Amino acid sequence: METQTITQEIGEIAEKSVKSQKTEVSGSEALLDALIAEGVDTIFGYPGGAIMPIYDALFDYNDRLNHILVRHEQGGIHAGQGYARTSGKVGVVFATSGPGATNLVTGLADAQIDSTPLVCITGQVFAHLLGTDAFQETDVINITTPVTKWNYQVTDATEIPEVIAKAFYIAKSGRPGPVLIDITKNAQIQKFSYEGYIKCDHIRSYRPKPIVRPQYIKEAAELINSAKKPFIIWGQGVILGSAEQEFKAFVEKSGIPAAWTILGAGAIPTDHPLNVGMLGMHGNYGPNVLTNECDVLIAIGMRFDDRVTGRLDKYAKQAKVIHLDIDPAEIDKNVKSTVPVWGDCKETLPLLTALVDKKDHTAWHDKFDDFAQKEYDAVIHTELNPTSDELTMGEVIKQLNELTKGDAVIVTDVGQHQMVACRYAILNKTRSNITSGGLGTMGFALPAAIGAKFGAQERDVIAIIGDGGFQMTCQELGTIMQTGIDVKIIILNNRFLGMVRQWQELFNARRYSFVDIESPDFVALAAAYRIPGKCVSDRADLPGALKEMMENKGSFLLEVMVTKENNVFPMVPQGCSVAEIRLK
Amino acid sequence: MENQERQEYNITVYTENQIGLLNRIAIIFTRRKINIDSLNTSPSEIESIHRFNIVITESEDVVRKLCRQIEKQVEVLKVYYHTNEDVIWQELALYKVSTDVIAEKVSVERLLRENGARVVVLRKDYTVFETTGHREETDNLISILQPYGLIEFVRSARVAIIKDSEGFNSKIREFERLEPGEEVIENEYLNQGAKVFTM
Repeated sequence: METQTITQEIGEIAEKSVKSQKTEVSGSEALLDALIAEGVDTIFGYPGGAIMPIYDALFDYNDRLNHILVRHEQGGIHAGQGYARTSGKVGVVFATSGPGATNLVTGLADAQIDSTPLVCITGQVFAHLLGTDAFQETDVINITTPVTKWNYQVTDATEIPEVIAKAFYIAKSGRPGPVLIDITKNAQIQKFSYEGYIKCDHIRSYRPKPIVRPQYIKEAAELINSAKKPFIIWGQGVILGSAEQEFKAFVEKSGIPAAWTILGAGAIPTDHPLNVGMLGMHGNYGPNVLTNECDVLIAIGMRFDDRVTGRLDKYAKQAKVIHLDIDPAEIDKNVKSTVPVWGDCKETLPLLTALVDKKDHTAWHDKFDDFAQKEYDAVIHTELNPTSDELTMGEVIKQLNELTKGDAVIVTDVGQHQMVACRYAILNKTRSNITSGGLGTMGFALPAAIGAKFGAQERDVIAIIGDGGFQMTCQELGTIMQTGIDVKIIILNNRFLGMVRQWQELFNARRYSFVDIESPDFVALAAAYRIPGKCVSDRADLPGALKEMMENKGSFLLEVMVTKENNVFPMVPQGCSVAEIRLK
Repeated sequence: MENQERQEYNITVYTENQIGLLNRIAIIFTRRKINIDSLNTSPSEIESIHRFNIVITESEDVVRKLCRQIEKQVEVLKVYYHTNEDVIWQELALYKVSTDVIAEKVSVERLLRENGARVVVLRKDYTVFETTGHREETDNLISILQPYGLIEFVRSARVAIIKDSEGFNSKIREFERLEPGEEVIENEYLNQGAKVFTM
């Protein structure tokens, strides 16, 4: 009965369209035109019943829109994230209704917390079936509300041009984020008189960036100029705002040591003399300890995540805090600021640079150097130059640096390998460190690397993944096979869910509860997808294998067997202050 | 210094009239396991703009953060918060009682006068009274009518208007006039003078 109604409806709509004039387009065509108008060239997606009209229209747009067929919608959205992160453009993802849409949820949450601009299009059942528990119907709008910057359900094709324009504007403006547009099947089919596409540049209730207040800039500059031990901590905001140059100018003029959150990595090169390293739980020794010693803390485009601050009531209590952020909700959310510099850091940083004195803070820098030396002696030297038989994760990254010279895009998953890679990878360029920061999504790296490569085809993209995380989304090897995209994959296999094991070792009396994970033959798995691979466990074979991987035309999977029970240090144990960071 | 004491706050939210926005606002509270004591939403004096009045019991620090999260939503125009001292607020209550009983046993005129109530409906079988006021006032009439067989009672959410003479009307009007690209909204950190939180 229901099927009959639908068939009838499609028939009527189709009949109408035959009679209609040429200026009429279907909702699906209007959507694809809108994407082209927004400069979209790549879509990651997976078809299904409720999005079939869009895929039917896509058949005729094949020359202008490159659709990448993924193997799972989660893979699709992570690819969209990787694409957005390397290209700086909005990632576009297609999925069908019901399970297709719910499979996007992890990626949406990841993009929301990491401020990644995405526009996701989901198909939905016919409008007249909404709320009837129709086949593959799920309440996508309500499911995704907490994990989207904005979402909207389209039930009438005439809404499509305006809604898509709004979607792109919202996704990329201000603090970026994911937007989901749910389009009912009838709206995809419906023909309407199309009057062209107008980009959105304004929504009356939405202020993407707060107005810059000169008095705060002035107050901030005064604080900085009077500071004896100022310290800059920066986050992804610098990259999202394309303010790398402005940031570099500010750092270089003020001469202030600067440390990064993991999503901020690469905004200025790793070897920049004022770059003192990484913040947070597994960050560098000096940046963590000296956070509690600085007199003025200048936070730029970062949100004081608990992995960065450690115990909040013992975090930088001695310091006056200057917080630059585009999102007013971040000011005073976790750390009370002395001077809030609201605004886009691309605008605020040059204003601040103009007012700060040129200094070099030599004695203060020496302090960072002392801590760096201590950390090198206690941790880094043995991690990068182990004398044991077994390989360490750190030496793999070190060897890789020698081949990439710091020019590659490094995509990491979540866990020990992620921390090691972020700590030791050399990044010369911005948009080079693609990882799941806020949500900590295992399974992120492989699909994100595929997207990252599509977003930066001229660059080498290397996915570094643990043996656990790889098995969460390894179906995307199929996407690599089918598209022929060139992604280098390094699996750092310690035969454990390493980070959880590390915590169990340190805090749960070595009670290794369900962290002992068995893996398939990864090289054989890659071979099944016609991707060449190699497995190494001897130090002598490592450089050659990495070279072979980098020189291989096309994708390559390199599995490296590393020490089973190695720990990532330094470490700020949960509930401890950043000054209580442990070297062992 | 900010008030860290938990007390009732009246949150006023001006929004677009959009499906799903109520949920988007509600989950900002539920995500943090904060109970909404009272919620009223209705069209404002300006067409297409809706006004929410939300009452919660929290410290000022929490309330300010919540307001910023609400204001961050794309379809929210403006958010303000006030303590009970800063607002004039009322709740409306309706009481249904048996006409026979009430006519026989009570001096209706006196009851109405003493409680600032009025008769909304007078039928053979029942009478509906209405009163507006603070919670204690509407509660008081319940206890008075209870002995006479209160059949049904209902109370509205709270509506509140700020004492600050400038009010919101002129501010919200600015949104109506707003041309694309024109920036008219202040982003003061905390306007202590006017005791109004704005961004």
